[in-house]
Amino acid sequence: MTLSLSNAPLWFVISMLVKIVLVFVVVLLIVAYATWVERKVIGHMQTRLGPMNTGWHGLLQPIADGLKLFFKEDIVPSQAAKVPFLLAPMMILVPAFITVAVIPFGPDITIGGYTIPLQITDLNIGILYILAMAGLGVYGIVLAGWASNSKYSLLGGIRSSAQMVSYELAAGLTIVAVFMLSETLSMRGIVQAQQGALYGVIPFLPDWYIFYQPLAFGLFVICGLAEINRTPFDLPEAETELVSGFCTEYSSMKYALFFMAEYANMVVIAAIAATLFLGGWYGPFPGLGAINLLLKIFAFMFFFIWLRATFPRVRYDQLMFMGWKVFLPLALANVVITGIVVVLVQS
Amino acid sequence: MEKLFFYLVALVAVGSGFLVVKCRNPVNSALALVNTFFCLAIFYVMLHAPFMAAIQVLVYAGAIMVLILFVIMLLNLGSEAHKRFTHSLIGGSIMGVLMLFLVFFFVNRGEPTGMRGNITDGLVDKIGHTELMGRTLFTEFLLPFEITSILLLVAIVGAVILAKKEV
Repeated sequence: MTLSLSNAPLWFVISMLVKIVLVFVVVLLIVAYATWVERKVIGHMQTRLGPMNTGWHGLLQPIADGLKLFFKEDIVPSQAAKVPFLLAPMMILVPAFITVAVIPFGPDITIGGYTIPLQITDLNIGILYILAMAGLGVYGIVLAGWASNSKYSLLGGIRSSAQMVSYELAAGLTIVAVFMLSETLSMRGIVQAQQGALYGVIPFLPDWYIFYQPLAFGLFVICGLAEINRTPFDLPEAETELVSGFCTEYSSMKYALFFMAEYANMVVIAAIAATLFLGGWYGPFPGLGAINLLLKIFAFMFFFIWLRATFPRVRYDQLMFMGWKVFLPLALANVVITGIVVVLVQS
Repeated sequence: MEKLFFYLVALVAVGSGFLVVKCRNPVNSALALVNTFFCLAIFYVMLHAPFMAAIQVLVYAGAIMVLILFVIMLLNLGSEAHKRFTHSLIGGSIMGVLMLFLVFFFVNRGEPTGMRGNITDGLVDKIGHTELMGRTLFTEFLLPFEITSILLLVAIVGAVILAKKEV
C-alpha cells in the first residue's frame, strides 16, 4: 500500500520531511565540496596544488570560506533599488534547490507495510516543472543586474537574460525528444522506461536514452551549461570585461548565495541529464539507487570542471549564433526525426 | 484545509495584483505581476490542471515577463517613476466596478457555452492532464490549433521584418 496523506497522515508527513531534509543536506554538501573539488581539479590540471593549508589537502576550505563570507560586512549600495536587490539572491537560489524535488533517487522501499517512493514528489508533469523552474531562475540574475545600479551589473544582467532565454528554448526542445520516447512527463516514468537491456536485445548494455538520443544528450548538456552560465558560456560574469557581472555589487552572504546557486544549478543540470539520458538511479550497483545517481552527478560535475579548465570563453555574437542558428535547428530536426522513427516503429 | 490554503493564496494573489498597479517602480510592478502569475498557477494545480499550471509559469512567468523586464530595464523608466498620475482615477474605478459586476454575474448566473466533454477529477488523475489535453487538441480541435500556429508564425515573420534594417 502506498503511503499517502489519507491512509497514514503522520507517517506520510514524517517521511516527506525526512526525504526533503535528506535531499537538501546532500545537495548543500555537494555544493560546498564542489567548490573545493573545482579548485583542486583545476589546480592539478594547471600543475598547481590548489588549497593545501586548511585541513588535510585543504579539505576544510569550504567551511573556512563560508565562515569568512559570513563575517564580512554586508554592503547595500546607496543608489540600489533595495527590495529587488535583497530579493535577487533568493530568487536565483530557490528555483535551483526546489527543482531537485522531482528527481527520483531510488526504487520504492517498503517500511512497515507501506511503500515509500524515493523521490520527494512524483509530478506527472515532472519535466515541465523543471523547465518552469529553469525559467524562473532568470529573474535572480536580471534583478541583481538591474537593482545594483552599476553599469557592469546591468550589462551582465542583460547579457544573461538574453542568453538564458535563447538557450532555454533549445534545451526544452531536446527534452521533447526524450518524452516522445518515454510517452510520459513523469521523471519516475522516464527512469522506469530506461530499464532492461539495450534495444531489448543487447544484454550487457543498459537501455539508456543516451543510446537512442545521442544528439539530444549532447545538445542538452551544452545548452544546460549555457543556461547556468558556466564556462565556456560565463559571459554574464566575464571578469575581464565586466568585473564580476551581475554580482559585482554584492558582498558577504548575498554573494555567497550567488556562488551557491551556481553550484546548485550544476548539481541540478547533472541530475536532470543523468535522469533523462543515463537511466537515473538505475545503474551498476543494484539496490543502491542513490549511489548510482550520485556517481553520475559527480561524473557530470567533473566534466563541467574539466571544461572550465580547458575552454576559453566564447564571444557574445558566437554565443547567440550558436544558440539560434545551430542548436535550435538541430534540436528541431531531432524532434522531427524522432517523431518519424517513433511512428514507423509503432506501425 | 484546502479552503484555508485557497484563501491564503487568493490573498497573496489579490495583494500582489494591487501592488502591480500601486508600485511606483515599474520593475517592482513587474515582479508583483510575476507573483500573481505564480498564484494563478497554484490555483490551476488546485483545480486538477497541473499542465496548465506548468505552462502558466513556463510561458507567462518564465518568458513573457522576462521580456517585459528586459524592456523596462533597457528603457530605464526612472524619471517617469516619480510622477503621480491621477487623470485615469475615475475611469479606472468605473471600469473596476463594472468588471467586478461582470465577474459576480458570471460566477452566480453564468453558464459556460461551447463543447463540454465528460471530464471528471478522477479521469484527469487516471489518464493525466497532459495526455487528455494533447489528445483533444490534436483530434477534435486540430483546426483551431493549426490556425493559432499560423497566427504565431505570422507574428514571428512580422517581428523579423520590423527588426531587420533591409528586407
